[in-house]
Amino acid sequence: MNILVVDDYATMRRIIKNLLKQLGFNNIYEASDGKNALEVIQDTDFGLIISDWNMEPMTGLDLLKNVRASDKTKHMPFIMITAESKTENVVAAKQAGVNNYIVKPFNAETLKQKMTSVIGQF
Amino acid sequence: MNNDHASLIEKEATERMRQSGRPFSKGEVVEIINTVIQKIEKNSKHSSLYSELKALAHYIDLAKEELAQLNPAHIGDEHIPSATDELDHVVKATEEATTKIMDNCEVIEGVCDRLDDGGDKDKLVDSVTNIYEACGFQDITGQRINKVVKTLKHIEAQVDMMVSAIGVDLKADMEGNPQKESVDDKAQPLSDEELLNGPQTQDEAISQDEIDKLLASFD
Repeated sequence: MNILVVDDYATMRRIIKNLLKQLGFNNIYEASDGKNALEVIQDTDFGLIISDWNMEPMTGLDLLKNVRASDKTKHMPFIMITAESKTENVVAAKQAGVNNYIVKPFNAETLKQKMTSVIGQF
Repeated sequence: MNNDHASLIEKEATERMRQSGRPFSKGEVVEIINTVIQKIEKNSKHSSLYSELKALAHYIDLAKEELAQLNPAHIGDEHIPSATDELDHVVKATEEATTKIMDNCEVIEGVCDRLDDGGDKDKLVDSVTNIYEACGFQDITGQRINKVVKTLKHIEAQVDMMVSAIGVDLKADMEGNPQKESVDDKAQPLSDEELLNGPQTQDEAISQDEIDKLLASFD
């Protein structure tokens, strides 16, 4: 399964990527913001998108809205991993169609649990 | 009654006598005095207002002097850029340190792959996982520091506005300083600014459990 990790911090992308590898996923793609991610998903079908929220020029929320607005990508499961941890953020993400929401800092077990709830056992 | 007041009464009485051409009655004398008293009170109010305005002007002058002594141009030209530079270095240093830590974790993982399953291998993998999780601090601290940098730049803009409003001429100091322009450029609000608050403090943030409950409430 292809997984896209979107975060403007290269270190965070690397952390998530390594945790995903430990969970047995090896086809991991990276993007540095929402705009970059939209380009990447045009060419590849992803079984999961894991995205940060606070990025420029395109935020994770705008990426999510774009993903859900396109017939080609709207089926892709989407998990937001972000330090934005206010109620209004979670509500806005849910209304935009997020499948799950992880607040930073997070641990490997939380990532595994949320992935399982979104894509099923792996 | 001072000489000014006596002079006012005399002036009022002379004018009225010129108009009527006869001596005043007792009532007319009282009326003249009341008229003069009203004029004095009116002038007194003006005088009070003038005094207050004068005091205010003096206060503004003092504030301008104090502001000039603080050298507000340096706040925008030196202090804030210096502080933001320092913070940028903190972000860079923590990023470099985190990269080194992760490089070494990946080496350890490579060694783990050659070990037999279970026992020491599991312990090492668990430890590496814990280190990866802990390395997330760099992202969080970076975002917090960026918030501080934005706040400093906001303060810088406010100081500029205050200096401009109060009339301290910093134009000459600011001319040819690209820092001010770049600060203004960076101060452009994001489209979903009200939702972009960055990491919250523990008392502001909601926990992962609370987020899970909130998400479940949509189902």
